[in-house]
Amino acid sequence: MERRKKRKLIEAGAFLIVRSAALVIVLSLAVVVGFILFHGASAVNWTFLTQPPREAMTAGGIFPAILGTLYLTAGAILVAFPAGVASAVYLSEYAREGRLVRIVRLAINNLAGVPSVVFGLFGLALFVVFFKFGSSILSGSLTLGLLILPVIIGASEEALKAVPRTYREASLALGATRWQMIHRVVLPAAFPGILTATILGIGRAAGETAPIMFTAAAFYTARLPTSIFDEVMALPYHIYVLATAGTHIEQTRPLQYATALVLIALVLAVNLVAILLRARMRRRRMS
Amino acid sequence: MNASTTKETAIKTGFLVVALASIVILAMIVVFLFREGLPIFRKVSVRDFLLGRYWYPTADPPDFGIFPLIVGSVVVTLLSCVIAVPLGVLSAVYVSEIAGSRMKEILKPAIELLASLPSVVIGFFGMVVVAPTLQEWFDIPTGLNVLNASIMLALMAIPTISSISEDALHGVRRELREASLALGATRWETISRVMIPAALSGLSTAVILGMSRAIGETMVVLMVAGGAAAIPESIFDACRPMPASIAAEMAEAPFRGDHYHALFATGVVLFMMTLAFNLVADMIAAKYKQVGTATL
Repeated sequence: MERRKKRKLIEAGAFLIVRSAALVIVLSLAVVVGFILFHGASAVNWTFLTQPPREAMTAGGIFPAILGTLYLTAGAILVAFPAGVASAVYLSEYAREGRLVRIVRLAINNLAGVPSVVFGLFGLALFVVFFKFGSSILSGSLTLGLLILPVIIGASEEALKAVPRTYREASLALGATRWQMIHRVVLPAAFPGILTATILGIGRAAGETAPIMFTAAAFYTARLPTSIFDEVMALPYHIYVLATAGTHIEQTRPLQYATALVLIALVLAVNLVAILLRARMRRRRMS
Repeated sequence: MNASTTKETAIKTGFLVVALASIVILAMIVVFLFREGLPIFRKVSVRDFLLGRYWYPTADPPDFGIFPLIVGSVVVTLLSCVIAVPLGVLSAVYVSEIAGSRMKEILKPAIELLASLPSVVIGFFGMVVVAPTLQEWFDIPTGLNVLNASIMLALMAIPTISSISEDALHGVRRELREASLALGATRWETISRVMIPAALSGLSTAVILGMSRAIGETMVVLMVAGGAAAIPESIFDACRPMPASIAAEMAEAPFRGDHYHALFATGVVLFMMTLAFNLVADMIAAKYKQVGTATL
C-alpha cells in the first residue's frame, strides 16, 4: 500500500513538471507577442502604414517596407508554388518507392535544413552575381522561393496523400487516364490542403531576413520600386536595421516595436488562417 | 490510344523533372558555395582557416581563423539544447500522453505559432527585453551574450523538437501502452519506461533537427550574441557564431576579395555541419522506421 502511494506521488510530481514545460512554451509565446503588442500598438496608425519613412528613418511610416515584403512574398510563391505542387504530385501520384524517390526525399529534407543565411549566400552567388540580376526583387524572390520549396512540397504531399484511394480508383474505373484522374479528381479534392501549404509558405517567406539581406533588401529607398530589378525595403530587414544600425536606436524604439508588430500580425494572421483551414478539413474528413 | 499513352508519358516525365529540381538545387548550393568559398584557401590553409584563433578579416595583414566562430556556434547551440530539449520533449509528452483534447487544441496551435514567429522578431525581443533583464539580474556589463542567444535560440528550436517528438510518441504502438497499464504500471511509469524508450529513435531525430535549426539560425545570434569574435569563457561572454559573422560582414566585404571568399567558406562549413545533422537524423529515422503515423 505504501509503495503504491509513493508511486502515485512520483506520478503527480512528474506530471506537474511535464505540465509546467507545456505552460512555459505557451507563456513564452504569449510574453513575446504580448510585449510587442503592448509597446507597438500605440505607434501603429494609418499614417504609419501608408507613409514612407522621414527624417533619416526616425519618423514617418513603413509603407515601402510593407510593399517590398508583399512583392518578395508574392514572387517567392510564384516560384515555389508550381514547382512545389508538381514535385508533390510526382511523389504522391507517380513515384514508386525506390532508390530515386529516396534520394529525392533526402534532398528535400536536406534542403529544408539548409540555414537561411546559406540560402542568402547561394542567392548572392547565383542570382545576384552569376545571373547578374543584382540586388533586386527578382533575386530575393527566387532565393525565398527556393527556401520555401520544401515547405510547399511537404504540405502539398500530405494534402494529396489525404485524398481517399477510392476517389482515384473510381476515376480510373470510369476510364480516366492517370493525368485526367490527377487534375480532375485528386487535385480538386486536395485543393484546401494545397492552399494551406501555400499559406504556410507565405508566412515563412514574409518573415525571413537573412536570405534577402544580400539579395534584395535595401536599407532605405527614396522611391517605390518600379521593376523587378529594383532593390526594395522589407519589414524584417527594416526591424533589424532600425534596431541595430541607426544612430538613433533609442529614439526610434517605438517605430521598431510598431514595425515588429506589423510583421508578427501579418505572419500570425497568415498562420492562423492555415491552422483553422486545416482544422476544418480534418473535421470534415472525420464526419 | 497510342497518342494518349505518349501524352501520359510526357506528363509523367514533366513531373519527374520538376521533382528532381530539389536535388539540382541542393547540388547547385554546394557548387556555388564552393566556387565562391574555395579561393580563400589560396591565401590560408584549410587547417589555419578552421583552427586559426584569430578572426580579423579587415586588419592588415588580415587573419582568417574561424575557430572562435565555430566555437561560438557550438556553444550557443549546445546551451540552447540544454534549455530546448527538456521543454520540447516534455511538452510533446504532455500533448501526446496527458493533455485532454481541449488543452491539445490550445497547445498545438500555440507551438505552431511559436514556430512561425520570424527570427528577427525573436532577436529583437532578446535585444530589448531579455538583454536588459539579464544585465540587471546578474549585474553584468551587457546582456548581449551567450546566455541570451541560447535562450532565444531555444525558443526557435522548441517547436521543431516538440512537434517531431510528438509524432514519435504518437507512432508508438497502442499495444505497448495498454500492456504496460494492464500490468499495473502508473501512467507516468508507462510514459517513462515504455513510451519514451520505444520512441527513442524518433526523439533523437527531433533533438538533432532541433540542433540543426539552432546552429543555422542567423538573426537571433546576429542581434543578441554580442558579436565578439573571441572564444567565450563564460555564458556571460559575447560571441560571434558563424551565421552572425556572415550576415554582419557580407555587406562590407569587397566583392570577390579575400574577406568575401572567407565568408563563403564559413558558409561552406556551416552548410556541412547542418548537412551532417540532417543526414544523421535521416539515417536514424530510416533505420528505426516506425510504423504508424510518425513522420519526419
